[in-house]
Amino acid sequence: MSITIQIPSALRAFTDRKPEIAVEGKTVREAIGALADAYPDIRPHLFDASGALRAFVNIYVAGKNIRHADGIETVLPDGEILALVPAIAGGAGQ
Amino acid sequence: MSVIPDGRLADLSPGDFARYSRHLILPEVGLEGQRRLKAARVLVVGTGGLGAPLALYLAAAGVGTLGLIDFDTVETSNLQRQIIHSTRDVDRPKVASARDRVLGINPDARVITHDTRLTSENALEILGGYDIVADGTDNFPTRYLVNDAAVLLGIPVVYGSIFQFEGQASVFYAREGPCYRCLYPAPPPPGLVPSCGEGGVLGVLPGIIGCIQANEVIKLIVGAAARGGETLIGRLLLLDAWRMQFRTLTLEKDPDCPICGARPTIHTLVDYAEFCGLTRATEETPVEEITARELKTRLDRGEPIQLIDIREPHERAIFQFAGAKAIPFGQLMRRKDEFDPDHDAVFICKIGQRSIHAIRALRDAGYAGRMLNLKDGSNAWARDVAPHLPQY
Ligand SMILES: [Zn+2]
Repeated sequence: MSITIQIPSALRAFTDRKPEIAVEGKTVREAIGALADAYPDIRPHLFDASGALRAFVNIYVAGKNIRHADGIETVLPDGEILALVPAIAGGAGQ
Repeated sequence: MSVIPDGRLADLSPGDFARYSRHLILPEVGLEGQRRLKAARVLVVGTGGLGAPLALYLAAAGVGTLGLIDFDTVETSNLQRQIIHSTRDVDRPKVASARDRVLGINPDARVITHDTRLTSENALEILGGYDIVADGTDNFPTRYLVNDAAVLLGIPVVYGSIFQFEGQASVFYAREGPCYRCLYPAPPPPGLVPSCGEGGVLGVLPGIIGCIQANEVIKLIVGAAARGGETLIGRLLLLDAWRMQFRTLTLEKDPDCPICGARPTIHTLVDYAEFCGLTRATEETPVEEITARELKTRLDRGEPIQLIDIREPHERAIFQFAGAKAIPFGQLMRRKDEFDPDHDAVFICKIGQRSIHAIRALRDAGYAGRMLNLKDGSNAWARDVAPHLPQY
């Protein structure tokens, strides 16, 4: 099951600046896990110490927040696109 | 529905008819919309990258009362994107500089400047004088503060945020849709997400996002939703300016939201520095620091120090840190075996912030050697030890 994960610029420092990463996975958990296996530096940004998804990253599948679907167990059809949407705060800035 | 009630419509002066002619002949705005704009009071939080186009366009559009809040002064590095300020304004308070430009565009605007930091103590009083808040701040504590104060006051927040070449925009209006906490119940731990000061930002990007915010402000005032329009309430607009892709995501109100949900637990403003984890737990081992001058002294003595430059390759192109091993922040975990725990390691970034997080992350990952943070980063090295190198 090939899944495309869209990496926002705030997290691209951990994926060698790649905007999209193809992974294998049948659920969000498997796909995100595969991403963190391939790029271990991204793991602390996606999961907290207990292994739960961090609250400042929203995951959208087919335009829908997985929080309003089956969460991290949301099933991914083959070829699905998964978007990571983290909180960013820039605006005024030095 | 407009956020300006019918009873508050302002009368236009004879000069207003010429100035706002292009609005008056637009049926969706028209005379009524322009009268609402003149009656409206909008607070622009932050007069930086987002606040610049916001304030300029809102003034031009005829918003009657514009509040500007910022505690900063204009710096040269602001001018790449904060087009409300000019080269001659460097070192002036941002609100003074912004006020001059706003009044230059529209001398009839009533401009209220708040040359102060927005805090839990003053936020309700300041925001309470406005119909809409346009949020153009640059940090998480202020974003949660603005959200909570606006929810408690029942006014909408026109939200915009930027990083590198990505932008987000939405309207958080708890009376009609979700709030910022519904989308992001908690901020990232400090240091996890770099700021624009560290990660950079494409200068045009805040111009685009700030204009989108100004558009939403105007739509809320003229009541676009009742005239065939749609606001960003309940939607998050994402822009990737580098690939030029816009996407719109649906936002839902969180029934368990602690401030706008069915059973709210937040009834008053809290300590947002603490909420965002900026006041660190006292039991946590502090990160050891070394100043640029101290580092120079130790290097001159020939001490075997490992210098680890965690800046990105394009930053190293600005200047190379002599004798340093280059391991970008995003590769530290993968490459932590390249360090020698028997010798002190000094971590170097641009301003000494990412390096603190790098040290904490390596410590959490079990690295046992002594780690020191170069205080104020490579900029301090250029400032105090090697003045021929640029600060950036
Ligand atoms: Zn909420």
